[in-house]
Parts: sequence; C-alpha cells; structure tokens
Amino acid sequence: MSVLEVKNLKKSFGSLEVLKDIDFSLEKGETIAIIGSSGSGKTTLLRCLNFLERPNGGRLLVDGKVIFDADDPRTQKENEIRKKRLHFGLVFQSFNLFPQYTVLQNVRLASELLARERGDYRRNKRKILAQIDVEARKNLEQMGLTDKIDYYPHQLSGGQQQRVAIARALAMQPDILCFDEPTSALDPELTGEVLKVIKGLAEKRTTMVIVTHEMAFARDVADRVIFMDGGVIVEQGDPEQVLGNPKEERTKQFLARYYEQ
Amino acid sequence: MSFSVVTSQLLHSFLINCEIFAVTLVLGLPLGLIISFGSMSSFRPLSWLTKTFVWIIRGSPLMLQVIIVFYGPGLIWGGQAVGRLDAAIIAFVINYACYFSEIFRGGIGSIPAGQQEAGQVLGMTKSQIFFKVTLLQVIKRIVPPMGNEVMTLIKDTSLANIIANKEIIMMAKDFTAMGIIWPLFYTLVFFLVACGLLTLLLGWFEKKLSYFR
Ligand SMILES: Nc1ncnc2c1ncn2[C@@H]1O[C@H](COP(=O)(O)OP(=O)(O)O)[C@@H](O)[C@H]1O
Ligand SMILES: [Mg+2]
Repeated sequence: MSVLEVKNLKKSFGSLEVLKDIDFSLEKGETIAIIGSSGSGKTTLLRCLNFLERPNGGRLLVDGKVIFDADDPRTQKENEIRKKRLHFGLVFQSFNLFPQYTVLQNVRLASELLARERGDYRRNKRKILAQIDVEARKNLEQMGLTDKIDYYPHQLSGGQQQRVAIARALAMQPDILCFDEPTSALDPELTGEVLKVIKGLAEKRTTMVIVTHEMAFARDVADRVIFMDGGVIVEQGDPEQVLGNPKEERTKQFLARYYEQ
Repeated sequence: MSFSVVTSQLLHSFLINCEIFAVTLVLGLPLGLIISFGSMSSFRPLSWLTKTFVWIIRGSPLMLQVIIVFYGPGLIWGGQAVGRLDAAIIAFVINYACYFSEIFRGGIGSIPAGQQEAGQVLGMTKSQIFFKVTLLQVIKRIVPPMGNEVMTLIKDTSLANIIANKEIIMMAKDFTAMGIIWPLFYTLVFFLVACGLLTLLLGWFEKKLSYFR
C-alpha cells in the first residue's frame, strides 16, 4: 500500500488556479523528485501536503487513511490538522531556523513541546527529555554537525544551516519528508554538502518528496521524477526516462531550456 | 530653604513620577500586547474597533486625556470622582498601551512568515509558536523604539500635575511661589539621572539579546 496518495488535488488563489488535479502516490522508502519551471505550483503542492495551504479540492491519504478531503469538513478540524501535519516534514528553501536557539535546541524544541502532551510526561519527564536529547544528537551526527551543536544559526554557513533544518525535520520522525528546493538559497560551493546528506537519507530508504532544480541530483537519487507545468503533472516516471528521453513536448522544452543555461 | 531640604522634598515628590512611570510600564506593556492582537485580528470588526480606538488615543493630547479621566466620570454619572493619582495613572496606562501596541504590531509583523510556518510544520500550537519562537525575536527588534517611548514616558509623567498631583515640577513651582526659583532648574537633574539610568539599562538589555540575529 502507498504511504501517500494525492488524489485530484486542486488549489486556487482567488481566480488563479495554481494546482489543477494533481494525482500521484508515493511508496514507503521511495524518493520522488519534482521538477518544473518556476511558477508551476511545486511549492504550493508541498505547502498543501504540510497543511500550510488549504486545498480547494481533492483528497490526501496516508497509509490508506483519508487525512484530508476537501468535501468532508470532518477531516479539516483545526486541532486535528496540527497532529496530521506530523505525517509530513518540510525543509524550506530559506532554512527558517529559530535564531535565538542553538543548533541542538533547534532540533529538540518541537519534540520537547510535543512530549508535554504525553500522559506520562510528568512522571517520566527526565527520561523523556534525555531520550529527546539523544535522538537530536543522533540526527545531528547523521548530518555531520556534531561539532556545531552549541552554535547559533547565524554562526553557521548556509549549507550547515540547511543541514540543521534537515535534522530538525527528521527529529519529528515524519512518514514523508518534503524538501522545497533545499539548495536554491545556497552558494554553489555549498550545495554539494546538502545534496550529499539528502542522498544519504535516500540510501537509508527515507520516504522523500524533493522539489529541485538540480537535474543531475534528481537523476542520481530519485526513484521517480515528476515534471510539473502550469499546475498539472505533465509527465512522471523513471528518472532516466523522464530526464533522458522525455515523451512529452513540454518536458523536452523545459529540459532543453535547462541545459542551455 | 536649605539645599538638603529642597532635595529631600523634590525627591519625595519625584516618587510620584516614578510611581506613574512604573505602573504605566507594568500594566501598559501587557495591555499594549493585547491591543496589538486586537488590531491584527482577522475578525474585521474587532480590528477596526481597536484601530479606531488607538487612533483616537494617539491623536489626542495626553494632558487632555488625564483631565477627561479625572473629571469625565463625575460630569457624566455624577458622584465620587476617581482619585487624582489613579486618574493620572489610568490615562497614562491607556495612552501608552496604545503606543506600545503599535510597536508590538510592527515588531510582530517584521518577523518573517517562515518562522511561524517552521513552527507549524513541526506540530507546534499557535501559542507555543508565539511564546517559544516569535516573542523573543519581537522583543529584540522592539527594544530601540520601546526605549524611546520609555524615555518619553518618564518626562511625560509631569503632565500629571494638570490635575494637581504633587509631582516634582509641581513641587518646584511651589518653591517658585515662595520666591525660590532654583529648585525648578534643579528638577532637571532628577530627569537627567533617570534617563541616564534608563539608557544604561536599555543598553544592557540590548547587549543581553545580541547573542542571536
Ligand atoms: N499565497 C499566494 N497568493 C497568491 N498567489 C500565489 C500564492 N502562492 C503562490 N502563488 C502563485 O502560484 C503560482 C505557483 O507558485 P509556486 O507554487 O510558488 O510555484 P513554484 O514553486 O513551482 O515556483 C505562482 O503564479 C504564484 O505567483
Ligand atoms: Mg517554489
């Protein structure tokens, strides 16, 4: 069974239709890369998955269970949406680390706040917090940041900040981790270190949806590539096929423009 | 009239200035935060009402507001008026809360939406995001404009004498009436020292918050 199914997803801003009938599914352990020119609706799609935007139509299913249905208000209760978000993680283009906290605190904060809702929190507070700390350090180690845990975000390079953001998202143990152009805000010499850790996650079969402009990277790590244009999925399939031998005219044009640059 | 007698009398009346100052901050800052939430509310009537209120308060002289709070209730409903000091404090708290609310509003609005979104995506509640993520960043940004307001406030406290609160300027004028003019100039020292201390305090606070950007 697919871990994520997106069915007929629609999103408009006023009269502007940004997503028109988006349909795809994602298997556990699979990495999907989404490509497409700017304005095609990639960010909006990720924001809909993370409930930062409310879709106007369609359904979202996680592990076969409907978590959002535009036609069913019972699936849209504000207090449940917060919990439903935790199925997804999102790594932003601009990192969005919390500047007043150290690297380690950034990674621990949300877990610590969520733990307060546990029934046994008061009884086992110490143990729970210690566990969160251990997990956070493990995630940071995986991102190669062990020596930076007590730094503040402004003391780090963009590449390091983005790796902290990835560790922070991993700390919530999302079923599906989304990336919105994770290297677009970075100097070219810093993109490599971030792409490398994402590749590491793919090798560990982390379920991921990655919006990216790095075609070579998409080809390298993705199990499947989706090409979006004008709010629809124009073509999807094996990376070699979509990127190397696209069927659709629009995909060919997009790739031709991309390789010209 | 000896220097030490004048000093002690002025100091004594300066306590009234300090009391108005302290109470205005302690009550006005939280009230200002609440007013800023009102003016930022997505519920239109509430934000409209709040903004109109802020406009009226900021658009009229504080001295007049002090007079209105003191005489107004008696004129409208008759009966016992509010105490002189209480009336001044009420007017100051409301007036300054409105100014503070605008500073809070600007400060909250200047925090990038990405901060809130990062909190949301991590499953935090709205109030967790406000208190754990946004608030300290807002405070850091509003220290300079708040500092200006606070400096103005200590000097404004003299306006309380319009309804015969015996604050320091009023006291000095009493000396003038007795033919001694220098205490009036001497009050300057009290204000300068108070502002000097505030400047030091604000500088220390700003430095305290300089560990992040
Ligand atoms: N909050 C919004 N309000 C109005 N229009 C928006 C909003 N967010 C995105 N859009 C529009 O939606 C379209 C798709 O944007 P986006 O999803 O950011 O595309 P991409 O990430 O592929 O570049 C663009 O035309 C953009 O201007
Ligand atoms: Mg985008």
